[in-house]
Amino acid sequence: MIKDEEMQLNTTVRRASMADYLAPGARSMKPSGIRRFFDLAAGRKDIITLGVGEPDFVTPWHVREACVYSLEMGKTQYTSNAGMPELREEIGQYLYNQFDVAYDPAQEILVTVGGSEAIDLALRALITPGDEILVPEPCYISYSPITSLSGGVPVGIETFAEDQFKLKAESLKAAITPRSKVLVVCYPSNPTGGIMTYEDWLPIAKVIEENDLIVISDEIYAELTYGSKHVSLASLPGMKDRTILVSGFSKAFAMTGWRMGYACAHPDIISAMLKIHQYTVMCAPIMGQVAALEALRNGLEEKDRMVEAYNQRRRLIVHGFREIGLECHEPQGAFYAFPSVKATGLSSEEFSTRLLNEASVAAVPGDVFGSGGEGHLRCSYATSVNQLTEAIDRIGKFVDKLRTG
Amino acid sequence: MSELKMKILELLKEDARRSADLIATMLDVTAEEVKQAIAEMEQDHVIVKYATVANWSKVDDEKVTALIEVQITPERGRGFEGIAERIYLYPEVKSVYLMSGAYDLLVEVEGKNLKEVASFVSNRLSPIDAVLSTKTFFILKKYKQDGIIFEEHESDHRLPISP
Repeated sequence: MIKDEEMQLNTTVRRASMADYLAPGARSMKPSGIRRFFDLAAGRKDIITLGVGEPDFVTPWHVREACVYSLEMGKTQYTSNAGMPELREEIGQYLYNQFDVAYDPAQEILVTVGGSEAIDLALRALITPGDEILVPEPCYISYSPITSLSGGVPVGIETFAEDQFKLKAESLKAAITPRSKVLVVCYPSNPTGGIMTYEDWLPIAKVIEENDLIVISDEIYAELTYGSKHVSLASLPGMKDRTILVSGFSKAFAMTGWRMGYACAHPDIISAMLKIHQYTVMCAPIMGQVAALEALRNGLEEKDRMVEAYNQRRRLIVHGFREIGLECHEPQGAFYAFPSVKATGLSSEEFSTRLLNEASVAAVPGDVFGSGGEGHLRCSYATSVNQLTEAIDRIGKFVDKLRTG
Repeated sequence: MSELKMKILELLKEDARRSADLIATMLDVTAEEVKQAIAEMEQDHVIVKYATVANWSKVDDEKVTALIEVQITPERGRGFEGIAERIYLYPEVKSVYLMSGAYDLLVEVEGKNLKEVASFVSNRLSPIDAVLSTKTFFILKKYKQDGIIFEEHESDHRLPISP
């Protein structure tokens, strides 16, 4: 017996380091470019930051209070996997009222841990290794890494400032191959602030249809549009069954830390996502669900006030960049301006590093958001008017200094 | 009142020192339109004054403020107006409201100390013929006034950079 065990031990191949235990997908995953910048900015008290991807409002008090009350009442249990039925009901009603899309709360809506989980679930539910996932860029940083983790191949589609970073049918067509399966879109866009109108979507919908694609539409910024109402891709003729609508409460209701999101799609898709969801997280936390319910029932007016405040700051920052002499397309959604710093001759990375060190303003270099982002700077205007004015002032002086050498 | 004027008022209420240029940019109109609207509102006494909201408890010589519920007999023909005026003309009176309910006027009085306010009530307010009764409540601490929280905790808990 002892002999046998020794034999076995001898044949085991030993791993040289802990890293050798890692799966190839985890090992090859690049750390986010934002992370590096975070380390530079962290701990500095003197900086004004335009680098924050979340509202500067605190969750409205009535929403926080509803959560506190539910805890007092002892609501601390699991909910149904898909989320509390009354919350799904309310989400369905809300989407219908606001964006003219109708989903059945019983079969087509899934409450998730932030929009992020919904994106993860959708990609995992759809990807067969080798599938190509089309991602218009610059875009939110998570789509490509999650795609790769499932064995999918992310294919970036560059969008351009002169098109207000809208996705164009020609560029989409050019990127399609027989392996293309999923298109991931995020409008209103983080980081560009670009939006897609009904007319912008029409030719895209045609290409989607012709090429039998399915779309993950990240509409987390849907409530934050200025001048025109958000158009959900799912509201276009024939697109509902081809769309997995992903959204959440973070941006519209200033609820980022609650991690409350949802996905809406065809029952076949939702039930597959639900399986993954139930095995991985069971259900979204009940405290967040209670708060989200309160936000939908009584928070729409407060939300409108926040949107108006963003709009005023948006005009301020765009005006500021143009005065400084940095080209800035008019962002029509989200809370980001995406000015070009090409006129200074610096790369995004150089510009933002020097801006941080020499003018104490933090903003995220555009290249971390993929192709088309180089030469730009993502500046969040979810910050107070006084801070914005001061930041623009500092950036102006910094750019002047660059010009005079 | 026009929507523009409403929006200007809201922005000035947050910070009365905002310039016409800044407001114009924020509302996407010209600075001239803003100046014109503000001038009109000043003319019409829609904008009454640009004052500072101060937290006096941070200043050394602390003041005493009292809210006084006053019951009065209205006058024939003038109702409460004449009495209210006789009260609000005293400089130590900071505000006067006509109220529904158990009393008629709510009077806010400020004094250097407790004695001064007490003396105002007994020597100035109560002797007015029409005044039937007064109830004085001293303010111990102001938490919030006109929508402004006095001792706001550091409010931005966000990470400096996030995706």
